[in-house]
Amino acid sequence: MEMFIERASSFAGDIDRLILVVAIIGGAWLLLAEAVLFFLIFRFSEKRNPKAQYLSGESHEESKWVHWPHYVVIVCDLIIIGFAVQAWYKVKQDLPRAQDTVKVVAQQWAWTFVHSGPDGKLDTEDDITTVDELHLRVNTTYHFKLESQDVLHSFSINVFRLKQDAVPGRTITGWFEPTKVGEFDIQCAEMCGIGHGLMPAKLFVHSAKDYMAWMNGDLTAQVQNQDDSQGLTKLKVSSR
Amino acid sequence: MASDAHHENQSIWSKYVFSTDHKVIGMQYMFTGLFMGLLGAFLVYVFRMQLAFPGQPVPGYGLVSPGEYNALVTNHGTIMIFWLAMPLLIAAFGNFLIPLMIGADDMVFPRINRLSYQIFLLSALVLIASFFVPGGAFGGAWTAYPPLSAQSKYSLTPLGSVFWLVAVALEFVAFLLGGINFIVTLMNARTKGMKMFDIPIVLWMIVLASIIFMASVGPLIAGAVMLLFDQLFGVGFFDPTKGGDPVLWQHLFWFFGHPEVYVVLLPAMGIVAEVISVFSRKKLFGYKTIVGTAIGTGILSFFVWAHHQFVAGIDPRMANVFTITTVLISIPIAEMMFVYIATLYGGSIRLTTPMLFALGFLAEFLIGGVTGLFLGASGADIYFHDSYFVVAHFHYTFVPIGIIATFAGIYFWFPKMFGRMMNETLGKVHFWGTILGFNGIFIPLFILGTSGQHRRIYSYENFPELATQGMQNLRVFATMSLILMLVSQIPFAWNFFYSMFKGEKAPKNPWNSNTLEWTAESPPPHGNWSEFPTVYRSPYEYSVPGRAKDFWPQNEPT
Amino acid sequence: MSFKPHATTRDVTGIPTGKLAVWWVIGSEIVIFGGLLGSYIMARIFHGDGFAQEAAHTNTFIGAINTFWLLSSSLSIVLAHHAAEKGDSKKAFKFIWLTVLGGLMFLCFKGYEWIHEIHEGFTIGRSLFWSFYYTAAGLHGLHVIAGMVIMAIISIDVRKKQNMHRVELIGIYWHFVDIVWIFLFPLLYIAK
Repeated sequence: MEMFIERASSFAGDIDRLILVVAIIGGAWLLLAEAVLFFLIFRFSEKRNPKAQYLSGESHEESKWVHWPHYVVIVCDLIIIGFAVQAWYKVKQDLPRAQDTVKVVAQQWAWTFVHSGPDGKLDTEDDITTVDELHLRVNTTYHFKLESQDVLHSFSINVFRLKQDAVPGRTITGWFEPTKVGEFDIQCAEMCGIGHGLMPAKLFVHSAKDYMAWMNGDLTAQVQNQDDSQGLTKLKVSSR
Repeated sequence: MASDAHHENQSIWSKYVFSTDHKVIGMQYMFTGLFMGLLGAFLVYVFRMQLAFPGQPVPGYGLVSPGEYNALVTNHGTIMIFWLAMPLLIAAFGNFLIPLMIGADDMVFPRINRLSYQIFLLSALVLIASFFVPGGAFGGAWTAYPPLSAQSKYSLTPLGSVFWLVAVALEFVAFLLGGINFIVTLMNARTKGMKMFDIPIVLWMIVLASIIFMASVGPLIAGAVMLLFDQLFGVGFFDPTKGGDPVLWQHLFWFFGHPEVYVVLLPAMGIVAEVISVFSRKKLFGYKTIVGTAIGTGILSFFVWAHHQFVAGIDPRMANVFTITTVLISIPIAEMMFVYIATLYGGSIRLTTPMLFALGFLAEFLIGGVTGLFLGASGADIYFHDSYFVVAHFHYTFVPIGIIATFAGIYFWFPKMFGRMMNETLGKVHFWGTILGFNGIFIPLFILGTSGQHRRIYSYENFPELATQGMQNLRVFATMSLILMLVSQIPFAWNFFYSMFKGEKAPKNPWNSNTLEWTAESPPPHGNWSEFPTVYRSPYEYSVPGRAKDFWPQNEPT
Repeated sequence: MSFKPHATTRDVTGIPTGKLAVWWVIGSEIVIFGGLLGSYIMARIFHGDGFAQEAAHTNTFIGAINTFWLLSSSLSIVLAHHAAEKGDSKKAFKFIWLTVLGGLMFLCFKGYEWIHEIHEGFTIGRSLFWSFYYTAAGLHGLHVIAGMVIMAIISIDVRKKQNMHRVELIGIYWHFVDIVWIFLFPLLYIAK
């Protein structure tokens, strides 16, 4: 998977491993089935086999050729299910203790992020609010609190292998731990109106030192969040 | 008496427009469906051109705004499923074939049949009207999740949303009415001697599909009424500010939405079964297995729906249940595919155009089926949900179903429908162009999806990870392949209409097939036969050892 | 032009075609109402904080009377069927119209009930409970109207001693409409 997109979270590896397992099992079956299909098309062309056989497929002698692969499919399915449940549990059911929390608010058509600020606690005076920019410290376990102001949106960070729909009327909690410093894309992953393609956000994962620097630069920052349900432009103000 | 002289001197109106004859109604569904398919194709042409050349005016359309882009993708999906795949696979083939293949003169309720088409036509007109209303067509995706779809302050398409919803609801009513005819006719109107396991597989499949449709669409009809009330009367069924729940719609939608894919898959597989047995001169392998797995798949399909909602905010524990059922549903489908492939073993395969399309279905649907595993495995779906991987997966299922298998059926039954043969060379050109184009569109989309590209976004210029030259090249390649696929339909259109009038006259049974429709004239008259056939055996007695001919029609006395 | 194909007269399953058709229609209707009522039940269980308070305002008395109208009209359609079986078209005609009358009384009482409720401010948009209330009862009411219309049309043929078998078929449909009400009544009126 790294061939396609890098890994930047602690559970990206689990998800990529599941994808690899499915790719190997599914890929093997696909190649086998296609090979058999094409082989039969050529081997039993009218030219090579002018008179067809008469096989009903009802007798055990004949049907076993379908039943045995069928049983192997069941086993493969169970393997896939095992890896799937494991990866799912890690990301969606488990909730490791939070070292920090961030609030994510989706709306037509912008993302507002509320960082806990120097005191490390959300909903306090020193929270840092930004629009369309999420700043995280690497190797820190975060909880996110996801909300929507209007319609369904979805919080998606590809490099984390993270996705969660934002449902109006609810606050949904999830977690992640960034493992790589860098600048990454955040996308909205649920149709939310004409501005759906116009609400990209930026993810900044900082080293501990850089994160401190960013935070201090923001102690006195004021943020304007332009709620614009008609227009497609939004004012993005965040001082660093 | 089978055919009725009473109908000889009819006006154009009663013979073609207001006909109750199942063959005419089948044709009405077919032509309407093909026309709507053209419309759906135009929509995808426009938005794929926008993706390949963002911000450039599209030839034949103009500039594509973000709002228009959403309306294009929404209606492309909606049209292709409800106004192309379903009408062709179920209503066109179902209407044309059921009475002919069971030795009956018509459906049991011809006037209800006619009514179903009229409601269907109305639904298509309402959908088309939605493009011309103030505010524009609905753009909330074919899944129409509220609150976006419920409130015009969010969707900005106050009329478009309503028209879209009403059109879909009318289509549902049309198919419920049609379904009554299909099910009751197959159950009750079979000719003398046709026992349950003498019924051709395609009819089993069409009727099973009708049953699955009827059983699954109810909650969504209820949901559609609820959504309509939200839209029109400001009610809050799906509005959290009024005590409602947006996720309720999703459950109602997908409880139908998932069985729906099998509603279209089963008839497609039915068509493929008929074609591959005729053109490999082989008895269908495991007839009873096919019926059993079709029923099993149908039942299981009611228990997998929430795999569309893994990240939607459902209880995470529920996801485990649905990942298990979803991955396990691959079992009956895989078995069906194995049985079809096994039918080819020992055959004497003739690669006629219908056969090419039927084999093409198998080769392409295998890819669709296997890629579904990535999405059914909940952990992987966290990544793949809403990406182009999903788009590529469902096109590798839907295109084989709604286009490839449909063409197999059209080429196969054209001689019976119109009394003339289609041109084989043009057919092969059509086939290869379609297949090449199709794969050229969606293999790049698998790559783009795996690289993180999300759906329903009008331009990737704003997303640095996705705005690389390499990815843009893939988008352009996909669009060019679409052009190839669309251009390849021209030989088909020419072939189809020219052959209808000037093609070589077709005998009763050009393919040496066993089933009953081939014993009627090409095309069959009103009433189908002057004397109804009697059935003596199953439909797939090909290459029976010891017999001179390699086929043994169902109606030939022993 | 009423051309009846030979196909309509066949009955390989042993069950007359009309009856098969009615049962399939009922099947699809069960899923529609099932979906609606299922949604109501789920909403009440998971989001139903205010439901009991709102539901207190439904008129159980009228609901009970309406139950009586529907149950008794189900009896009259059974009697109509019985008469039709015996070939007594005059009696069948009478009982069909008695059934229609029962439906009409149901609708009148419901109309009075709704007008009163709307006047008091219990409108469809007032709360989720009332949204379900009007939608479910409204959809049911539409089916009552449809049943009455079909009965009226069938009665015309019955009077001429034609298509007598259709009395049983509309009777099956009418019983279904009745049964839906049997579910609606406790869900909307009794569960307070």
